[in-house]
Amino acid sequence: MSQIDQKIDSDASDLVLEPDAPAPSRRLVTENSAPWLIAAGTLVVWQLAVWVFSIKRFVLPAPTDIAASLWKWKEVILMHAGQTLYTTLLGFAFAVVGGMLLGVAVGYSRVMYRALYPILIAFNSVPKVAIVPILVIWFGIGTIPAVITAFMLSFFPIAVNVAAGLATVEPELEDVLRSLGASRRTILFKVGLPRSLPYFFASLKVAITLALVGSVISETIASNAGIGYLMLNASSRFDVPLVFAGLIVVAAMGVAIYAVFAAVETRTTGWAVRGQTQRFDAGGG
Amino acid sequence: MAIAEPVTGAGAAAPGRDAFVEIDTVSLAYGSGPSRTLALRGATINVRKGEFVAVVGPSGCGKSSLMKLVTGLMRPTVGSVRVDGKSVDGPLKIAGMAFQNPTLLPWRNTLKNVMLPLEIVDPHKGRLRANRKEYEERAERLLDSVGLKGFGNRHPWELSGGMQQRASLCRALIHQPDLLMLDEPFAALDAFTREELWAVLQKLWMEEKFTVILVTHDLREAVYLAETIRIMSARPGRIVATREVPFGFPRTLDDTFKPEFVDIVHELREHIGRERTTQQAVSQ
Repeated sequence: MSQIDQKIDSDASDLVLEPDAPAPSRRLVTENSAPWLIAAGTLVVWQLAVWVFSIKRFVLPAPTDIAASLWKWKEVILMHAGQTLYTTLLGFAFAVVGGMLLGVAVGYSRVMYRALYPILIAFNSVPKVAIVPILVIWFGIGTIPAVITAFMLSFFPIAVNVAAGLATVEPELEDVLRSLGASRRTILFKVGLPRSLPYFFASLKVAITLALVGSVISETIASNAGIGYLMLNASSRFDVPLVFAGLIVVAAMGVAIYAVFAAVETRTTGWAVRGQTQRFDAGGG
Repeated sequence: MAIAEPVTGAGAAAPGRDAFVEIDTVSLAYGSGPSRTLALRGATINVRKGEFVAVVGPSGCGKSSLMKLVTGLMRPTVGSVRVDGKSVDGPLKIAGMAFQNPTLLPWRNTLKNVMLPLEIVDPHKGRLRANRKEYEERAERLLDSVGLKGFGNRHPWELSGGMQQRASLCRALIHQPDLLMLDEPFAALDAFTREELWAVLQKLWMEEKFTVILVTHDLREAVYLAETIRIMSARPGRIVATREVPFGFPRTLDDTFKPEFVDIVHELREHIGRERTTQQAVSQ
């Protein structure tokens, strides 16, 4: 008994101690600064290329030109960025609710899966740009088409991931619960939904960036506000530095909202991440 | 259980002995048409209340199907299954189950994992909220008895495989089921942990006297733990022989090396070897 206990104890303490082990701090610093170094390097090369080959400003503006344009138009950009963020988040909010409900329906019920999956695939294959003109006919230009486009692009990964999460419940665990008299609904709430949460949160960070893409697409086609509109407007005036400034702002917004939802993911479903690391450690599949 | 009885040909205990689980000439088929496979054919097993029965047999003989039949997760194609005098026509609600895979929920700590059945089974479901303290104490005691004292607030990923399986056993027993169904629960563990858990299970069974049906490939395990061993034929499975294990309880690991113990293991081994040969002969 005591020997085996010792063995188990040492196993457990190994696992518990692992995170506290002194991290190779130099590698960590490199890892954290790597994305910044790459970005800075790209900008330097870009700047040099524009100088060396004396590329025209309206073809490819230098990073310094773009920065100047960003600064010059900062208030206008801020206003349009606010509009884009607003339509993105609104569309995304609808996508979270819609995607989750759809995912649960498809993952829970075989009939729903059979009935809805082909339609979902078909819908997801349609380029959303092609739908914006229809939305304009129905709702006019502006906020509503942007919100709907953001929704349409972002609900799909959420629905698919939630459904996938529900599908990964171990059949044996289901047997355990059913043999106790659990109804399918109980199993869904006790096991299925918690099991699908990591998938759900993982999909959020993908979905939010897609929502942003949707908003900008719609603004580019049919709007008088938003970064998409600003870029279209700037390009029609050959203000190429401002077009690039718009691109930079969209990219920065994308990274920022991605980071927010990645943080939400690690906070809410740490157990899944831990579980995974361990599976990888064990070398299993 | 007086003296070692020879292996008998039939699977049924004499009728009239107060059978708790009665599996009567049950057949079970999966699928239909040409892909139809017969998992069980004419299987008959009786289990007394409080008895520890092990079911052994060549691989793929439908042992797991037997588990599903007894717990009511599946219905027999032919024949009847009765538990505690009542015909089984749906999930049993009184059974505890444990499998080779501990299937703990990773987002719950060990204590909450163990208490999961209490949230589902009547009458505990309704009483849990008001009597949480009392139930938590029961779960703690159970964890203590399997050697997991103080691990209640750990999450499954912080436990070794053996510890997870201990917790899984606790989960199967927390609602004090009359029937414990074990489907190769120790098969994935290393030999030393496995033997350790045999002792844990034996102790729990001696204290609580629930009825156990243990499906296993491990003949030493079967002889160490069970009062009666049923040997199944190759697929389609049926019970071809029954072997009583005459040793008293508690049994120790040292007992498993005694000649009379080894003889029984040997005898079972030969029996299953014969079943495997028949299976191969049939399939050729």
